[in-house]
Amino acid sequence: MTEQAPPRSEPHPQPPRARSGGQSRVPGHTPAEKTVTGAQSLILALEAVGADTVFGIPGGTILPAYDPLMDSTKVRHVLVRHEQGAGHAATGYAQATGKVGVCMATSGPGATNLVTPIADAHMDSVPLVAITGQVVVKSIGTDAFQEADICGITMPITKHNWLVTDPADIPRVIAEAFHIASTGRPGPVLVDIAKDTLQSPTVFSWPPRHELPGYRPVTKPHAKQIREAARLVGAARRPVLYVGGGVLKARATAELKVLAELTGAPVVTTLMGLGAFPDTHPQHLGMPGMHGTVAAVTSLQKADLIVALGARFDDRVTGKLDTFAPYAKIVHADIDPAEIGKNREADVPIVGDAREVIADLIVAVQSEQEQLDGQGGSAPAGTARYAEWWQQLNRWRETYPLGYDLPTDGTLSPQQVIQRIGELAPENTVYTAGVGQHQMWAAHYIEYDKPRTWLNSGGAGTMGYAVPAAMGAKAGAPEATVWAIDGDGCFQMTNQELVTCALNGIPIKVAIINNGALGMVRQWQTLFYNKRYSNTVLHSGPNGNGNGAAEEPGGPEERARQAAGTRCPDFVKLAEAMGCVGLRCDDPEQLDAVIEKANAINDRPVVVDFIVHQDAMVWPMVAAGTSNDEIMAARDVRPDFGDGADD
Amino acid sequence: MSKHTLSVLVENKPGILARISAMFFRRGFNIDSLAVGTTEHPDISRMTIVVNVEDQPLEQVTKQLNKLVNVLKIVELEPGAAVQRELVLVKVRADNETRSQVVEIVQLFRAKTVDVSPEAVTIEATGSGEKLEAMLKMLEPYGIKELVQSGTIAIGRGARSITDRSLRALDRTA
Repeated sequence: MTEQAPPRSEPHPQPPRARSGGQSRVPGHTPAEKTVTGAQSLILALEAVGADTVFGIPGGTILPAYDPLMDSTKVRHVLVRHEQGAGHAATGYAQATGKVGVCMATSGPGATNLVTPIADAHMDSVPLVAITGQVVVKSIGTDAFQEADICGITMPITKHNWLVTDPADIPRVIAEAFHIASTGRPGPVLVDIAKDTLQSPTVFSWPPRHELPGYRPVTKPHAKQIREAARLVGAARRPVLYVGGGVLKARATAELKVLAELTGAPVVTTLMGLGAFPDTHPQHLGMPGMHGTVAAVTSLQKADLIVALGARFDDRVTGKLDTFAPYAKIVHADIDPAEIGKNREADVPIVGDAREVIADLIVAVQSEQEQLDGQGGSAPAGTARYAEWWQQLNRWRETYPLGYDLPTDGTLSPQQVIQRIGELAPENTVYTAGVGQHQMWAAHYIEYDKPRTWLNSGGAGTMGYAVPAAMGAKAGAPEATVWAIDGDGCFQMTNQELVTCALNGIPIKVAIINNGALGMVRQWQTLFYNKRYSNTVLHSGPNGNGNGAAEEPGGPEERARQAAGTRCPDFVKLAEAMGCVGLRCDDPEQLDAVIEKANAINDRPVVVDFIVHQDAMVWPMVAAGTSNDEIMAARDVRPDFGDGADD
Repeated sequence: MSKHTLSVLVENKPGILARISAMFFRRGFNIDSLAVGTTEHPDISRMTIVVNVEDQPLEQVTKQLNKLVNVLKIVELEPGAAVQRELVLVKVRADNETRSQVVEIVQLFRAKTVDVSPEAVTIEATGSGEKLEAMLKMLEPYGIKELVQSGTIAIGRGARSITDRSLRALDRTA
C-alpha cells in the first residue's frame, strides 16, 4: 500500500473543497511542517479544514486531544451533557450553516452514544465528522476498558470511517473525512483514533494528499438526459416538480424558483425539502406524503410527469409503492446514483448535483419552449401552459386546505400554538422539531420561505432531536432566533442540553407542545387500536388516566383537574433548574403574550410549556401501508376527486 | 432469480471484506460465493462475487457497491465471455475394492488424487460449478467424508484487462 506520500511543499495549499463558509482562515498562512503529537496534529488539521465549532465530551482515550484543544483560538469546543446531544448539535449546526458539523467523544460508551445521531445524519444526508478516541493500539481487540469497535458499529450508518493507528495518517484522514462528508451526497463519517496514536510524536504538514481513488462523485449531469427531461416537460399536461432535501444541500433554491416559474409546473416539497421553495409561492402545493396536503399528494397521484429533484421516493412520500403516481413518467435527478431506480423506476435518470441539474434544465426547457412556440404560435407562459391542470389543482387546494378546529373546552390547540409561534417569530428564525405530531404541525403551520430554516429528523425519525439540534443551529448562526418545536415526550429525551445552552451563551427557545402523551403513537392507537392507550400517557401535561381521559364525561371541576395535570415533571421548574427561563401557557387568551415574552428574552434559553388539548390529531393522513389514493383529509373525510374512479 | 458474477476491484486495506459482506447482508442481497485475493498490483485486491438476484436489484447491488469508498471498479463477467473456476478438495471413502473405480472417476474429470490412505483418497479438482457438481455426484455413492470448496473466481477472455484503468487511478493518488 502506498503509505504516507512524501510531504509536498506547496506555497498555496488547496484544502479539499467545500467545507468552509470562508471563515478567518488565512490562505497563505500554513502551519509549516513541524514535529507535534498526534493530538496536536488533529487540532491543527481541524483548524486547517476550517472547523470552528466542536461539540463533545472528553474521556480517557480522547483526553490527549483535549489538551491542545484548550489552546486553540480557532476551534470552539462546546461541552455537552450527553454525546447524543453532541451529535445532534453537530447536525443542527451543519443543517443551519451548510458547513460540516463536528462532534467528539471518547471510546466505548462515549462513542456508542453517538450512534443515534450518526444514524440520523446518515438518513438525512447531513455532513458530519465524528471523532472518537480508541483504546491503545495494543489493547484493540482485547475487550479493554471502554473499548467498543465503533468502526464496526458505525459501518452501516456512515459514508465511510477510519481507524487511525499511525499518527502520520491524522492530517490526511481528517482532510479525507471532511471531503467525503461534504461532497457528493453529504453524510456522516467517523474517525476513530487510538489513544497512543494521539500521544505519539509525528510530523504535521498541510495539505495532505488524498488517497481516495474509489471516491468520485458525479456532479455534472449528462446533457442527453437533460434534453430528454426537458422534452418530457414540454410534452407533459400534468407535471409536478417533486423537490427534496438535495435541493437545499446543493444550494439550488434560486435556480429552482427560476425553473418552477419557467415551466409553470406545481411544486411539492418533502419534509426534508421544506424551505427549498417558498411556502408562500402560488405554485407551491405543500408537502406530499403520509401527512401531506391533499393537493400535494393528489397532484402526484394524478400527474403525468414527476420531476424529482434531490428526493428519494421515500415510503412516507409514496405510500403503497405500487399504487404511487400510476400515470406519471419519472425524471429522477439525484447525486446518488443508487437512489435512482431504487424505489421507483425512472424514465429519465439524471445523476448530478441538483444545482447543476436545475441550471442545465432551465436552459434546456427554455430552448424546448422556444421550439414548441415556434411550431404552433406562441404558447401561454408560466402556469397558463397547464391551465387545465391548475384548475384541478386549485380546486383541491381550495376544497381541502390545511386546517384545524379549535377545541371547544377552552384549552389550547397545539396547531394554533405552533402557527402563532411562526407568525410572531422574527424574520430568519430557524425552527427545529422533534418527531411526532408536533413535527407534522410545525411542517404544516409554519411558513418556510427560506432555505435552512427548517431542521428536523426526517429519515430516522429521532425523538429528542429538537433541543440539541437547536443548540447546534444557534451556535452556528448566533444572529438567528432559533425555536425548537418539541413534544413533551421528545423533550424528556435530550432536555439536559439546555444546561449546555445556558452555560455557553446559546439562548435557544423551546416550545413544548405538551399534550401529556406520546401524541403520534396515541393518534395511531385512537385510529387503529380501538383507543386502547397502552403506554402512551406521560402525565407531564393535561391529566390522563391512560384510557383516554377525554372520552369520559366530567364536569368543569373534573376538566380543570385534568388540565392541571400531574406536572410530573414540571417543565417550568425543570427549565429554571437548568438555568433557563421557564414559562407556561394553557390559556388561548394568553398565547400571544407568552410567545412575545419568550421572543423578547435573548440572554438566556427560554422554555415554554404549552399545555395543549390531548386529542388533537394530524390531518390529512394516509394510513401506513395504504395507497395515497386513500388519503383522508380529516377523520372519516375522504376527498372527492370528482373522477369517480377512486374506489 | 439469476446468477451474476461480479469482479470487484478494491483497495487492499483492512476491513474491506467486512464492509462489502456487511453491505450485502444489510441490503438483503444474496451472495452465492465470494472469493478474495491479491492481484498483480499490491495495492489492489480482487473479489469475485456471485450474486443471486433479479435483474433490477443487480443494478442496486452494483450501485451500492460503488458507494463504498474503497471499491475501485465493478465489472460483471458474462459467462460466455469469461473463464470461471472453482476449486474442490474432497475426501472420498476408498478401500482396496473401490479405489480403482474412484480413481477412474478422477481421471474422467481430469481431477487429481493428492492424498491416499488405506480407507480414503483425497481429490483435487478445478472447473466450472457444473463440472464439479457432476463429479461430486459420481463420487457420492462411495461416501464423501469431507468436502471443501472455494468460491468462484473468474477472468474475462481476450487481451483486455479490467485492472488497467484502476491501476492508473491508484497511481495518480500515490
